[in-house]
Amino acid sequence: MGSKWNKSSLMGWQFVLLPSALILLFSFYPMVQSLLLSFQSGKGTVYQYVGLANYVRLFSDPMFKQAVLNTVLYLVVQVPIMLMLGLVIAYFLNMPKLRFKGFYRTAIFLPCVTSLVSYAVLFKSIFAVDGVLNRMLMSIHLIQEPVAWLMDPVWARVVIIAAITWRWTGYNMIFYLSAMQNIDPSVYEAASIDGASKTRQFFSITVPMLKPIILFTAIISTNGTLQLFDEVVNITNGGPGNSTMTISQYIYNLSFVYTPNFGYAATVSYAIVVMVAVLALLQLKVGGEKQ
Amino acid sequence: MRKLSSLGIHLFLIIASVISLFPFVWMLIGMTNSSSDIVKGKFSFGSMLQSNIAKLLDMTSLGAAFGNSALIAIVGTVGTLILSSMAGYGFEIYRSKGKDRLFGLLMLSMMMPFAAVMIPLFRMFSNIGLLNTPTAVILPSITTAFMIFFFMQNTKSFPRELLQAGRVDGLGEWRLFARVYVPTMKPTYAAAAIITFMNYWNSFLWPLIALQTQDKKTLPLIVSSLASSYNPDYGIIMVAIVVTTLPTVLIFFLLQKQFVQGMLGSVK
Repeated sequence: MGSKWNKSSLMGWQFVLLPSALILLFSFYPMVQSLLLSFQSGKGTVYQYVGLANYVRLFSDPMFKQAVLNTVLYLVVQVPIMLMLGLVIAYFLNMPKLRFKGFYRTAIFLPCVTSLVSYAVLFKSIFAVDGVLNRMLMSIHLIQEPVAWLMDPVWARVVIIAAITWRWTGYNMIFYLSAMQNIDPSVYEAASIDGASKTRQFFSITVPMLKPIILFTAIISTNGTLQLFDEVVNITNGGPGNSTMTISQYIYNLSFVYTPNFGYAATVSYAIVVMVAVLALLQLKVGGEKQ
Repeated sequence: MRKLSSLGIHLFLIIASVISLFPFVWMLIGMTNSSSDIVKGKFSFGSMLQSNIAKLLDMTSLGAAFGNSALIAIVGTVGTLILSSMAGYGFEIYRSKGKDRLFGLLMLSMMMPFAAVMIPLFRMFSNIGLLNTPTAVILPSITTAFMIFFFMQNTKSFPRELLQAGRVDGLGEWRLFARVYVPTMKPTYAAAAIITFMNYWNSFLWPLIALQTQDKKTLPLIVSSLASSYNPDYGIIMVAIVVTTLPTVLIFFLLQKQFVQGMLGSVK
């Protein structure tokens, strides 16, 4: 028995060895390299250790602060809006007697299959100064004159947030919908008999039962927002005046747009690593406690 | 009262659907209009489709870009399916303490932001002379912790008796995997294929760094560079966007069921 198990375990290693090695090579090895790089500075191929100099620079870098501020703003505004919206839509689509739910589900999920670049460019054209949105808003007299959506720091951020919400709400909705379908309908029936309104049922039954899934979507959305790049680059390119620039875009600029400085770029990238780790822990803790 | 709230729900869902579909309609309309009409927000079909297509083909190597995108997405997907299913199978079927620990470690890579690894990856591929090749785009995401997790989750419901029966028939462990596991798990492979294909097809940041010459570029890079030029021609851009979006939309409609199941499989 013992030898058979060992043999079987050895077989198992054959299956997992190559894939695991690839992840170690293309994720963990670069992570370590990045950490080493963050203590170096230089240009071209000549790099030297500079200790904590990059980290000191990080804390007095106004551009970095701006990028963090923008990213955090997207995070605290967009993620809750999107998750709430996804939850409400899923709740409606889960109502047994609702008609046309196949159509609604497909329509609301469809944005999820578009490439981030393509939809970003579409949004850029829709929100142009004399673009289709301004024309529509003016024709129904909601606005008197065109709004320069992408030229105004506040509106530009609103457009980015609207764009991300458009692309990802359906994605979260699908997770919620599947979880809701696993809730026994008799729970709702019992609540109805007890006189609980639909709104009450939503907050007292649906939301608490979905807590693990909500936590899951919150973590992946947070992760995604902290890595935001494609949309910002293609809608506003970080402008006007860096008001929409994200941390990922700043790292890209430091590496490939400005005079290349891989060392400092690596330092900035470790700021995201720390933020991802802290937020994930925080969310797990909050989610775990309430259960 | 009930009727009223149901009306409200429908109204809400109709507005949500219109907002969701509007950009799709906008790109189809845009494809047939001139750039100046698009910028002016003209919301009706025009007659510029042929000339937009002709100009796009003339200005960019669209065919090559489509080929590059397809090559990367197809080879990448096949590779990912083989490697990730091997790992998912190995981790779940031959459980051991050591493997559980390794699996936990690999899962950590899901939390690593790409921005933190892109510079070392760039230098790594540049050192081994693979920069500006499809290989450089494919390799870093050919096995992902997410896909291994996905296969492992789905393997939990795989009937082990099939393996026992195969062993009695004298099949070796690799043959068991290829002849028994793979055919049984077809739906899981289908879902994983769709998700992986879309990820490769739509990826932007890493190809932007890894691919440098015009002839190697993929569709999202073409769209992005057209849109960021000094005087962008939106008629052409709309055609390029439709070409980029069409394959994934088609896949979605053909395989909607597997696609949605695939998304759900990861959280069960």
